[in-house]
Amino acid sequence: MRSVKSLEEIRRIIILHKRWDLIFMITGIVALMIAIMTFMALFAHMLIDGLPRLSWEFFTSFPSRRPESAGILSAWVGTTLVMLVTAVAAVPLGIGSGVYLEEYAPRNLLTEIIEINVTNLAGVPSIIYGLLALGLFVYQLGFGQSVLAAGLALALLILPVVIVATREAIRSIPITIREAAYALGATKWQTVSDHLLPYSSAGILTGIIIGLARAIGETAPIITIGALTFIAFLPPSPVKDEFPFISFEWLTAPFTVMPIQMFNWVSRPEEAFQLNAAAAGLVLVVMTLAMNGLAIYLRYRMRKNIKW
Amino acid sequence: MAEESQNKLVYAGKLGYSFRRHLHERFIETFLFLSAILSIAIMLAIIAMLLKESIVFFRQVSIWDFLTDTQWTPLFDDAHYGILPLISGTLVSSLIALLVALPMGTIIAIYLSEFAPFTVREIAKPFLELLGGVPTVVYGYFALLFVTPLLQIIFPELPGFNLLSAGLVMGIMIIPYVSSMTEDAMRAVPMNLREGSYAMGATRFQTAIRVVMPAAFSGIAAAYILGISRAVGETMVVAIAAGMQPNLTWNPMEPAATITAYIVQVSLGDLPHGSIGYQTIFAAGLTLLLITLVFNIIGHLLRKRYREIY
Amino acid sequence: MQIDHKEIAESAQYKSEVKKLSFHYGTFNALKNIDMVLHDKKITALIGPSGCGKSTFLRCFNRMHDLYPGNRYDGEIILHPDDVNILASNVDPIEVRMRISMVFQKPNPFPKSIYENVAYGLRVRGIKQRAILDEKVEVALRNSALWDEVKDRLHELAFNLSGGQQQRLCIARALATDPEILLFDEPTSALDPIATASIEELITDLKTKVTILIVTHNMQQAARVSDYTAYMYLGELIEFNVTDTIFIKPKNKQTEDYITGRFG
Repeated sequence: MRSVKSLEEIRRIIILHKRWDLIFMITGIVALMIAIMTFMALFAHMLIDGLPRLSWEFFTSFPSRRPESAGILSAWVGTTLVMLVTAVAAVPLGIGSGVYLEEYAPRNLLTEIIEINVTNLAGVPSIIYGLLALGLFVYQLGFGQSVLAAGLALALLILPVVIVATREAIRSIPITIREAAYALGATKWQTVSDHLLPYSSAGILTGIIIGLARAIGETAPIITIGALTFIAFLPPSPVKDEFPFISFEWLTAPFTVMPIQMFNWVSRPEEAFQLNAAAAGLVLVVMTLAMNGLAIYLRYRMRKNIKW
Repeated sequence: MAEESQNKLVYAGKLGYSFRRHLHERFIETFLFLSAILSIAIMLAIIAMLLKESIVFFRQVSIWDFLTDTQWTPLFDDAHYGILPLISGTLVSSLIALLVALPMGTIIAIYLSEFAPFTVREIAKPFLELLGGVPTVVYGYFALLFVTPLLQIIFPELPGFNLLSAGLVMGIMIIPYVSSMTEDAMRAVPMNLREGSYAMGATRFQTAIRVVMPAAFSGIAAAYILGISRAVGETMVVAIAAGMQPNLTWNPMEPAATITAYIVQVSLGDLPHGSIGYQTIFAAGLTLLLITLVFNIIGHLLRKRYREIY
Repeated sequence: MQIDHKEIAESAQYKSEVKKLSFHYGTFNALKNIDMVLHDKKITALIGPSGCGKSTFLRCFNRMHDLYPGNRYDGEIILHPDDVNILASNVDPIEVRMRISMVFQKPNPFPKSIYENVAYGLRVRGIKQRAILDEKVEVALRNSALWDEVKDRLHELAFNLSGGQQQRLCIARALATDPEILLFDEPTSALDPIATASIEELITDLKTKVTILIVTHNMQQAARVSDYTAYMYLGELIEFNVTDTIFIKPKNKQTEDYITGRFG
């Protein structure tokens, strides 16, 4: 059987095609480099501007009219409290929802609607969650412009992240594990709580951390709620001297958070405030990078350890 | 004899229907079901809330004016309620962002999935993920104080607030989402399809473009749709770097407000609950949700038409 | 076993000779010092227990191992008539694959139309003219006994075909580029008996046109379709001869045990 084309012709074509391989390879590396260089530029710019402002006082001072004495105390305390509310709300609900969809849900229309809906929720712009929280939590339920309203808004925002991570982690456990548990007489919930959840905990944790890292940097929904940007006091302490030693007053307190503080400083025309913005941004980026890095590391470890 | 019957009883008791255990299981199942159904409740609440305030708004402003008036000045004495300037700002900034993010994200995904050596992929992937984790307010800062001054070197007449810089930075910001989802979709294409292509004498590039990408089409479409939703709904970058002045323009060199930037601007002020200014942000939010919904439906239809078929 | 290469070089009936071929996956030595020949326009079958290296050996012929890092070839596979060693590092694996086609264990049609699947190899070679493509596609589909079944739906997605049809489509795809050697890697292991029979018939018909090397886990299949048979075990070529000889009076005890089912 004769060849379609002579060998010389084939060789010529191969050289031509391989040139495309090379061109594309270079394009790919360049594109990757642009993305990486941009990030480097961003980080370097912030580092140069912000690093001189980073000091102990920066973390322990309230915002101020004078840029050189302004700090992020109320912002990081606010962020911590808001994240606490977010985690407490989103983690049980997200895991519960993921477990239900993966292990309990019957194959019917309702389940399908829930599944499509989770995907759609993940695509809803974050500012829309802010509008929901403004209408529902702030006014309808009367939480006011509080830590509670902000925490719940962010919890709704990251719920799809936690749900998807839970489902993926549980799905990767082979069916034989479930069968082994059922064969020993375990109930459904015993199978879930004794086996599926512990074995998927690293995957779920990864999802939670990624979700919280996203929530920490979210600005738009919190602005929409109407969080104040100039807060020179702390919410009431959650720990008290007298019985019952724990107080929930802070839930309804006004607050500010890190990204809002940064946004506030960026929008000031004075350059000195923009240096503060760079310093706050630096803290924020380091926080989110550390969380994301932890999540990536956890996933890497998980992939190395467990081989079903 | 007596012993035997006692044994039977014990077993019968254990095998019997345990009411308490049953109740416990039902209780947990109910909690799990409720948390799953919550996602639907959230979606309904979002729609209800936006509609509720928007309906009040549209009682005062006709939908026709809303869609055709070329001015958006709800907070002025001479109030105009035309959404077009906000839509133009949103579309221009999104378009610039997507012109950056979709090609770059796709090229990076193809490179990482089909070309890059193992070690490059192992390093680049987490790095891109970190890039996607940077808060948007930081990108806004970067656009305003780094990219805009840089662009002003090339275009000296460029104003301090402009859509171009915001769009470009938004594009860079969205690259990781597009590239990571596209790459996942391409890596999910089974190896035997690639081998089939290589066995025919195809090069890497030919295999990637002619076999792997068509096979991963539905996943790539999902990645693009997510990228579009991100661009349209992005708030902080535009609010910081593009200015918050509604401006009906298609020129990326001008400052303009997007739908999201307007919502931020109003929220920063002190608008009383129940005023028309308060209602405008819900009408704007509804418009934004509808725009993202349209893209999501297109994506859903595309996915349905070209499911993963390997 | 030994083969007299001098004698072979003088003869024109060999399409390819394998000389002292060894292959490593990383540090694992998967093929050990194999000498063998492929007779021109004949069917050669590779048999042996799973893990014996027969698929690894087959995949050397179109350099599929180059796709994955850490693999190493030693020795030569000479392709006649131009006497080129296709394992040489200066030979482009793509060129090898353009001359030697392969059909896989599981049917792996591309997510394209039937027509585009068959035309793929031609398009990869830069052929764009519709007339040539049409003709080649039709001939390939006829040669793979699929034309009558698909001629009215050439532009439908290939996934709508049955498993046996998909495998014949993959054969048509491999044939469309007029390969010099056609490699089959257990082509019927994923198919039902009826589809298997039609593929076997097809392979037998194809030997008038092309040299064939087939890996099979099924000894009856080897006996039915092949002219020559090689028995491999643990990466070594134990015995290679005319199929009838291998199955009727094998020279090697190991081969005999495997053939008669006393293996292990």
